[in-house]
This record gives sequence, C-alpha cells and structure tokens, in this order.
Amino acid sequence: MTMHPIFRTWKRHMAGIVLIVVQIALTLAIVCNALFIVGQRIERMRRPSGVQEQGLIRISQTWLDAPDAGTPAGVDKLDAMQRADLEALRRLPGVIDVAASDSMPLQGAIWSGDLRRDANQKRAMGQAALYYGDDHMLPTLGLRLVAGRNFNPEEIDHHMLRSVQTPAVCIVSRAVADQLFPAGGALGKTIYVNRHPITIIGIVALLQTPTLAEWGRDWAYDSILMPVRLDGASASYALRVRPGREQAVMRAARDALFAIDPLRDMPDTWGLQTMREIRFKAYRGDRGTVIVLGIVCLILLMVTAAGIVGLTSFWVGQRRRQIGIRRALGARRLDILRHFQTENLFIAGIGAVLGVLLAVALNLWLMAHYEMPRIPPPYVFAGVLVMLAIGQASVFVPARRASKVPPVVATRAV
Amino acid sequence: MVPMLATTSEFFAMFKVPFQYGSAWTAADGSSRARVAVISSDLNDKLFGGANSVGKTLRLKDSDVRIVGVMKRWRPSPLFYDVRGGRFAEGQTSSFYVKPEGVFMPFFSGLEVNEGNFWQFTCWGKVATPGHLQDAPCVWVGLWVQLDSATKVADYRTFIANYAQQQKLLGRFANTDTRMPSLMQWLVFNHVVPSDVKLQTWLAFAFLAICLFNMIGLLLAKFLRRSSEIGVRRALGASRGAIFAQCLVEAGMVGVVGGIGGWLLTLLGLWLVRRQPVEYADLAHLDIGMFGLTLALAVAASLAAGLLPALRASRVAPALQLKTL
Repeated sequence: MTMHPIFRTWKRHMAGIVLIVVQIALTLAIVCNALFIVGQRIERMRRPSGVQEQGLIRISQTWLDAPDAGTPAGVDKLDAMQRADLEALRRLPGVIDVAASDSMPLQGAIWSGDLRRDANQKRAMGQAALYYGDDHMLPTLGLRLVAGRNFNPEEIDHHMLRSVQTPAVCIVSRAVADQLFPAGGALGKTIYVNRHPITIIGIVALLQTPTLAEWGRDWAYDSILMPVRLDGASASYALRVRPGREQAVMRAARDALFAIDPLRDMPDTWGLQTMREIRFKAYRGDRGTVIVLGIVCLILLMVTAAGIVGLTSFWVGQRRRQIGIRRALGARRLDILRHFQTENLFIAGIGAVLGVLLAVALNLWLMAHYEMPRIPPPYVFAGVLVMLAIGQASVFVPARRASKVPPVVATRAV
Repeated sequence: MVPMLATTSEFFAMFKVPFQYGSAWTAADGSSRARVAVISSDLNDKLFGGANSVGKTLRLKDSDVRIVGVMKRWRPSPLFYDVRGGRFAEGQTSSFYVKPEGVFMPFFSGLEVNEGNFWQFTCWGKVATPGHLQDAPCVWVGLWVQLDSATKVADYRTFIANYAQQQKLLGRFANTDTRMPSLMQWLVFNHVVPSDVKLQTWLAFAFLAICLFNMIGLLLAKFLRRSSEIGVRRALGASRGAIFAQCLVEAGMVGVVGGIGGWLLTLLGLWLVRRQPVEYADLAHLDIGMFGLTLALAVAASLAAGLLPALRASRVAPALQLKTL
C-alpha cells in the first residue's frame, strides 16, 4: 500500500497529530514508571517472612498492676505472671503450641544488636534483629532448622531487657551465619552480640526482621533467636493454632487471660492479631501505592484511548468526501481501514519514541529524588507495545466507520 | 489507657492552646509538684459529658489529680511536639497525625505519678532502675525554646554547645555534638510528609497535564466539527472575538461541570478515607478554601485547554464553509 496519502493529509491536521503524539508520549512515560513502581512494591510485599504465617497468632499485652521490676522479687513475680499466661493459653482448644516471643516479623517493634566475630573487632560486622523467647518459639513460629538444634528448656533464662545477664547460646538465621562465616561452619562458633559472647547452636533457613524501615533494609533477614523470656510490664506470646481456628482461639485467649488478671491492656488493634493481620498492616502503605498507581495507570490509558477515538472520529467525519472519492476510484474497504490503522501506527510510533525518552528521563529524575533503581528495559518495551496496541484498538471503531463510507458520497455535495 | 504528657506550664502559652474551662497550672504548681492536670476536650466529653470539670478529681494510676483546666478542641496536625523517630518509620508516619494527649500534667508531677512505667528507648548504658527516667543514661526529654531573633538563636546555640563541653569535662557526656533544628527543620528531618505522598502529588499533576492535552484534542474536534455552523454565524456578522468568546464559554462550562463532578468524587474519596482506621481519619474533610481552589483549578485548566481550539475555530472563514452547505 502507498503511504503518501497518509502524510499528505498530515499538514492539514498538524495540531491534532501533535496533541496525540504528546499525549501518547506523556502517558507512556508515566505508565512505564508507575508500573515499575507497582512491580517493585509487589515484589517487596511477596517476600517471605520465614515463619509459617497460616495459623500463627500474636498476643501482646501490658499489665496495669505489674509489680515493681526494680527488685529481683519483682522480676520473679513478672516471670510467674508470664508463665501463668502461657500455661492458660496452652490449655485452650485448637492451640498446637505456645511460646513466649517478644516480637514477630513485620510487626514493627524491634530489638537489635551489632555483630562481631571477636570481641576486639573495632567495627561491627553487621546488625541483627534479636528475637527473645523460650524453647517453644522455634516450633511455634514454624521456622525451618537447617543445622544444629532448638533450645533446651533448661537453657531458657528470664530477665529484663536491659539486664546485665546475657544468654550463652543462640540460634541464628542463615543470613547471619553466611555473613559472619562466609566459608561456612558457623555452627558451634562463638559470636559477639553487642560485645557479649554467644555460641551458635542452631541455624534457621529464613527469618525476616520485625522492621520494614529503611535503616533495616540492608539486613532484612539477619535475625537471632535468644533463649530469654523477657520480663517487664508488657509481655508478648506467639500461638500456633489449627488452621481455620484463629478467630475462635483469639476469643478464647482473651477470655482466658482476662480471667487470670483483668487488669491488663490488650486492645483489639494490637493486643490480639493473626500473622495475616500483621502482614496486612505492615504493607498497608505499599498496598495503597499499588492500588493508587494501578488505578491511575488504568484511567490514563482510558483517557488516552478516548482522546484517540475522539480525534480520529473527527478526521473521519472531515474526510468523508475524500474517502468516498478513494472508494470510487477503486480503493477497497480494507484499504480505507488500513489507511487509518497505519496512520495511527505512525502517530503512536512517534509518540512512543518520544515517550521512551521521556520515560527514561522521568526514571532518572526519580532515581535522583526517590531512591529508585534504573527502570529495566522490559517495562519500557511492554509500555511501547501497550501504547501501540491501545492506539490500534481505539482507532478501529472510527476506521471501520470510515471504511463503510459508500463510494457514492464522492458524487454528492460538490 | 489515656496518653499523658508531662510538661511545664509554659507549654500552653507557647503553643497557644485554647481553653474551654479553667486555665493552665501556675509555675508555682509546677515547682511544688502539685497533683494538678489539664485535660483534653475529648476526655472531658468522655468522663464528664462536656460539663465544666475544673476542680473535679481524676484518678491516674494510684494518684488523685485535681483538674485545673479543660482544653477547647485543639488538633495540631501533625502533632508537632510529639514528632520523633520519623527516619525509622519507613514512610508510615500516620502516627504523627494523632490527637493530642488526654492528660497534661506538670513535668515532675507527671514523672512521679507514672513512676516506673516509662519506656526507655534510646539509651547508651544500662538503666539502673527500669521505668525510672531522671538519672537514666537515655534520651528522655524534648525541649522547646522560643527565640525571637537571630542573635538569640545564635546565643542559644553557643549556650548549648558550651553546656555539652562542660558536661563532657564532667564526664557525663561522651561526645559534644549538638544540634538545634527549627520546628520546620525538625519536621522535614522526620519525614512528616512521606515521600510516597510527594510522589503522588507529582503524579496528580502529570495526570492533569495528560487530561489537558486530551481535552485540547477533544475540544479542537468538537469546535471544528461545527465549522459550518460557525461559518454561518460569521457570515451573519459575528466577529472573530465573538466566536472565540463563545468557544471559551463552552470550555469554561465543561470545566465547571467537570469541577462539580470532581468535587462529588472527592467527597466520596474522603468519606472512604474517614472509614479507614487511621490516625488522621478525622482530618479528612474538604474545607471551603480547598473546594474553591479545586473548582478554580478545574475552570482555569479548561479555559487554558480551550484557548487553542477556540483560536482555531475563530479563524474559520465564512465563505468557504457556506459553500459546502
């Protein structure tokens, strides 16, 4: 087919063509980058936490009548209160296991320590989240042990968080083991957490830290389990329950704990929650961004498509006579259809080329201002294909109308 | 549990806190560690049904406290004096937009009433008595200073630097770094406006730009489609200016209608936000200023989009169009 009839008409429609080109270019630039952000956020939200999330519940509460923790007797009293709670929770129907566990992945509150391989190293080799809990913590969280063993009951200590006592043994995540001992053989070695010597007795495959914050991003899977029931006015527990029994167990747990001691603060918002809820809350911001950007992309594409339909319809109306003449001179309906489809392909193509440049520029700007990585080419290619496809799809209806212009139009209204 | 703030009596004057009943405690109450408190209007509504509760007694933990003042509704947003740790919040800074505390007490009275229940966070040594702040090796108090001139600011900086030096000599401080950000610097430092929000603002304007280009195209098609009609008006004596004005009025009307539609959508969106369990839910409403700005922006954008199409339409030659009728 010949191209020149297409370009010949362009001079008369320059304004409209420029508008479509600019619109396609801008849409492409924004949609590419927005989808890139969406992709990154989805990848982030999909990261495994390392715990078996189904059937896992966290209980966190504060005693309003907590004894003074300043004395050894007070600390023992606090521990007795905690053990009484754990016993009561263990007896609930539907509960498989219960652990003292001060924190959980994604849950926000974090204790961390710096890591050294020997006490005299000046600079720490890294940081790790410290999960304090008893010997039930590993099975309750559903962690996968890849080497060594779990804590024995007699290894479990109890004290205040800021006590001078430190545990003798710990279980580390593989990320910690690999970082401190790249050559392997971490099991049985002594490491220094906050300059206190601790022996590694077990290694778990994966355990995300409780924080998603930026400052913890470089060590997102560096976690250490400490065999300590933390005493304090607040205590937290992890429950492993039969799948599907979460809500029933949470109701029963509330009643059971308030029956032991009604003077405690344990609100619905953070007192009793399933791991599912914790995950849902942790990624609330990311999910919001994904939804907003997704909707915006969709609307943008629709707006651009509507613009193309509008202008092409107008051109078809303007060129009815020319179309009639071409038809009278022997052009088939398919030729007319192709004329408009090809015309749009050229316009969208120019827009796409400009759009790719704009998309890269926008990405560079985002990289400078918002800690964004470079946009991978597949996103840009996909964007170009989507824009061309949308152009072709939205031009189809007006183009088909154009192809239905009968040749007899050429003879009318001269 | 009701959050409490232990502060000095100057707090209320410095931050211009409005009072419904009573007033702040006096400096003498502060130094004598009197058991007095100012409560928020929310707490007053909850406990006393909104009645004047000055002189009534409030039971806080194990202490009885006399109410000396009830605040009017006061909703600083963000709750600037409680902003901290924003760099560790990963953009989840909605907690900076909570309501103020329910109970305000003189600084040392508050420390005594809640003794043993403070949660030390940023510490550089072992805490001898957990929950006890005064001699803990921890960051535990925020200070606000009002300085009215640049000289005073500079003097105060020197004063703080000297104090740090002196404390280092005394062996209390390990280093002598001091910083004194202004309120706005402090809010920026803590990412009070998350970067996602900034990104979304940019996105909104890019969205507007694309819609504008779209509107230009559609208006162009709309006006030129009526070329013959415009030709007739021109032939009957309408000036170019009149055609131009007619087209702009049309574009403006599109803006008004679109603006009203957008306003309704905004109300719907805000209603959805208010139903979310977030701290700033009660802040999500549209005030007159914002409504006016949105409507003005919609009309202005439509008029700007209408300029080029209107110009093209006003250039339609009368004779040419009449011929093709």
